[in-house]
Amino acid sequence: MFLWFHKFGSPPHFYRIAGKWLPWLGVTFGLLLIAGLYGGLIYAPADYQQGESFRIIYIHVPAAWMSLFVYMVMAFCGVVIIVWRMKLAEVVLISSAPIGASFTFLALATGSLWGKPMWGAWWVWDARLTSELILLFLYLGVIGLHSAIDDKRIASRAVAILAIVGVVNIPIIHYSVEWWNTLHQGPTVTKFDKPSIDMRMLIPLLIMALAFKIYYVMALFQSCRAELLRRERNSKWVEELSGSN
Amino acid sequence: MNRLSLSQAFIFLLRRDLTLVFRNRGELANPLLFFVMVITLFPLAIGAIPELLARIAPGIIWVAALLAAMLSLDSVFRSDFEDGSLEQLLLSAHPMPVLVLAKVCAHWLVTGLPLLLMAPVLAEMLGMASEAQGILLLTILIGTPVLSLIGSIGVALTIGLRKGGIILSLLVLPLYVPVLIFAASAIDGAGAGFDVSPQINMLLAFLFLSVSLSPWATSAALKMSMS
Repeated sequence: MFLWFHKFGSPPHFYRIAGKWLPWLGVTFGLLLIAGLYGGLIYAPADYQQGESFRIIYIHVPAAWMSLFVYMVMAFCGVVIIVWRMKLAEVVLISSAPIGASFTFLALATGSLWGKPMWGAWWVWDARLTSELILLFLYLGVIGLHSAIDDKRIASRAVAILAIVGVVNIPIIHYSVEWWNTLHQGPTVTKFDKPSIDMRMLIPLLIMALAFKIYYVMALFQSCRAELLRRERNSKWVEELSGSN
Repeated sequence: MNRLSLSQAFIFLLRRDLTLVFRNRGELANPLLFFVMVITLFPLAIGAIPELLARIAPGIIWVAALLAAMLSLDSVFRSDFEDGSLEQLLLSAHPMPVLVLAKVCAHWLVTGLPLLLMAPVLAEMLGMASEAQGILLLTILIGTPVLSLIGSIGVALTIGLRKGGIILSLLVLPLYVPVLIFAASAIDGAGAGFDVSPQINMLLAFLFLSVSLSPWATSAALKMSMS
């Protein structure tokens, strides 16, 4: 198993494997996206309270889930970097950051689009919105720190430490924001309560979540490949690769 | 020559840092002046309405304290980094997290403690209720060491950079959010006459958590920055 781990972690090997996987991931993502969008936009019934506008949930919720998931991936890579100094983990960590930031931004943007008809305002200082915004700042911090340090090996280790510190803080930030919200605001915001979501609404949501996850892997592989080429541009396998084309 | 024990090393380092600061008193006054001036700007910007000022005083004082703490962070490791004594510390036989803790303690004594002494004056100027003022001091006493401890991680990560300042604020401010929330809500609660022990307990929890964890992260980051 460790042999496999080691082999998969070597840049040229990963570059090749990821290249082979990409078309398949693309096709799967496309199919899931079509299925999820059809399910969400046409098949699922309109919400009895929110009418048609609830359908933005099919973008909003998967994006919000992914925004957390990607940070977890980054923190995991951070641990791998600190413990094993694995090159591939460095590339995965830093390639994940812009993707995760985009998911976070997407969640915020769709949330505010959803908020306008529901709450009557583009932005409310709701607990979830606020902690999502802070999550966006954490992502931007990772990106900023990485781009500020010229030596990319050192930058990766710095970012690894930051990602681990961040992941310890995410639950603390989340719960303090929730506490802050209940103290300062009171129940002025009627939250969309979904204790018993209709199955016909839930299934497209799960399909969309899966589609987003596969999109993440796809985007990750693509930018990892680019990042690997950039970092290893002086190594032999890149030279061979560019020579053969 | 006998070797220093760990606690001796801690105290020596603390005293060395304090001596260095007292030889250069300008640095001592800067964060404090910044703190006072930021707070002075608020009544000028939003108007000197006593009720309004009293209402937002906890928030203003805490945001100003946060910014002052952040701006002074750079001095924790900067001069030692530049003259090479940080490398000597990393090479020493004592565990780095303990030495980091000594440096952060010294930093808090020269930047956090003055804020604590200045805060009652500013609170009075903003017309804060007197029952809230005691809690204000308590939150500053507990909260500012947390700011120094968390901030030291950020400084250690950015110490090698030429333009680390802006990156530092991007790294550190999101992590300061919990402290800000609980401190401000404790003061608000005290002003309204509630029991604020939950908030104080949370702040204490943050303090213990950051005392025990952040020196490790800081020393890992320092080793990374010096490599």
